[in-house]
Amino acid sequence: MSETATTSAGYDAAEEILDRRTPVQRLQTVLHTYPWLSPAIVLVVALVVFGSIADNFATPSNLGTITQQTAIIGTLAIGQTLIILTAGIDLSCGAIMVFSSMVMAKTAYDQGVAGWLALFIGLAVGLLAGLANGLLITRINLPPFIVTLGSLGIFTSLTLLYATGRTVRERELAPELLKLGSPINIGGFTLTTGVLVMLALYGCFAFVLRYTAWGAHVYAVGDDPDAARLAGIQVQRVLLSVYAVAGLIFAVTAWVLIGRVGAASPNSGEGDNLDSITAVVIGGTSLFGGRGRIIGSLLGALIVGVVSNGLSVAGLDQAYKQLAIGGLIIVAVTADQWIRRARA
Amino acid sequence: MTATTTTGAVLQARGLVKAFGRVVALDAADFDLFPGEVLAVIGDNGAGKSSLIKCLSGAYLPDAGDIYLDGEAVHFRRPQEARAHGIETVYQTLAVAPALDIASNLFLGRERRKPGILGSVFRMLDGSGMRRDAREQMTKLGIGTLQNMTQPVETLSGGQRQAVSVARAAAFGSKVIILDEPTAALGVRESAQVLRLIQNLRERGMPVILISHNMPQVFEVADRIHVQRLGARAAVVTPATVSITDVVAIMTGALKVPLEDQTLTPVR
Repeated sequence: MSETATTSAGYDAAEEILDRRTPVQRLQTVLHTYPWLSPAIVLVVALVVFGSIADNFATPSNLGTITQQTAIIGTLAIGQTLIILTAGIDLSCGAIMVFSSMVMAKTAYDQGVAGWLALFIGLAVGLLAGLANGLLITRINLPPFIVTLGSLGIFTSLTLLYATGRTVRERELAPELLKLGSPINIGGFTLTTGVLVMLALYGCFAFVLRYTAWGAHVYAVGDDPDAARLAGIQVQRVLLSVYAVAGLIFAVTAWVLIGRVGAASPNSGEGDNLDSITAVVIGGTSLFGGRGRIIGSLLGALIVGVVSNGLSVAGLDQAYKQLAIGGLIIVAVTADQWIRRARA
Repeated sequence: MTATTTTGAVLQARGLVKAFGRVVALDAADFDLFPGEVLAVIGDNGAGKSSLIKCLSGAYLPDAGDIYLDGEAVHFRRPQEARAHGIETVYQTLAVAPALDIASNLFLGRERRKPGILGSVFRMLDGSGMRRDAREQMTKLGIGTLQNMTQPVETLSGGQRQAVSVARAAAFGSKVIILDEPTAALGVRESAQVLRLIQNLRERGMPVILISHNMPQVFEVADRIHVQRLGARAAVVTPATVSITDVVAIMTGALKVPLEDQTLTPVR
């Protein structure tokens, strides 16, 4: 109670200063301000738990392996984060990735196109696929869920028809396409160039989202599209650009995928569509848009990688992975609902 | 009947017509806003006040009639064009992005980039500069309690959010600020905050158009009251010389005001 609050201005000031929040409300505010904090805690806990139950888990070589296993979901999750920040969703990201990877491999092997050019064509295909999703969403005003559910089927089918059920094997692949699989040794940790590409993309998009007008507009559009429109932002144009950029990121992931698998197979990456959404959601980005940090998605992808790898190193059943990740998703979305109600 | 233009008005309209199919929303409506005044626009539902304001703010293109800004004829096809001419609008729907902070909201859609290569090549925003200007703007408007420009807008009360909208309009509106039912979504105490802001704007010499249903509020802050009825201006009165009952009578058509009686001169 403040006894000096006699004037109305004084009363306002007193109300600002008096902090009547409980510790739980304070926690809510902290998590609200730093959305990447909860996935960071979960990741540390997972590392400690598996480190203590499996002797050969916390070794540099195994941790390096985890980053390699995370590279594909982690890179896909960058594009997925951009889309989810606009309150959209992309169920077709894995299908776009696999289709792009087949285009890269087959134009080089079947048509004899130079490796770099084949790579470029594959990236262009990913960009166009994302653009097609974006055009359907912005021009015909279809919900992103429906559009990408449809394009998931279309791109999966196109991949199978185009590949005629055949895998392009390692010795048939142009060397440029395998570039992101080459190992790099940093102090005992064996990474790949693909992992470095993923980290560079995270750095790039963290910067773009934080420090550019486009980044602010992505958040504003996801937050409240009407308010964004009234502020003079061209909402449809921002959405279209997000889906196109995400398509390009999915195609870059195709390059990472070929390097990681050492082949281009029409059947790879089947679970990746949903796994990328899982990584983003566990990473603290809100499915309702406008809230989250891209670095959280990297943490989310690493959590999935650590749990999966840890279970197999500890000799436990992989079925526990689905259990743990499924539980984490529900906890993450519940936490998001709660954190959204925070008042500073 | 074509009325002549009055000299000295910041924003004026003559003979505006806007029809939607067979419904005539504006029927040769006139409008005058003088420098430094708060002009309230009131009228019953369907009187055309919303259409009038939308023509002035560029949301509608009138079918006929002229709009003059500082005596020059203007034709706004989109709200952005009106905005580029210094006419800013604050909407009743709290048009802010809740997750973004105060400074980002103030500069939303008009972000400023850093000078030099950081801005031109890396497209980097001038975050510290925008925060500094945002704080200055908030202080100027007497919203000194909001000091942390990195605070997300969703942590603010409704009145404070509307204050951010008004501050945004005041920061960029160089000629006219239009407030469309700014207190409709707010409680009593928060409405009082917004009314104080309007008075601050007037003290700084900024002409304000206030659309409102709330008669006591209108009588509290307006210098003149434009009464819209059946798509045209029925009267312009000053709160000092008429009662709320008279104004309601004009609004409903119970009281007719002869054209020559209307106070068309600014009060100050």
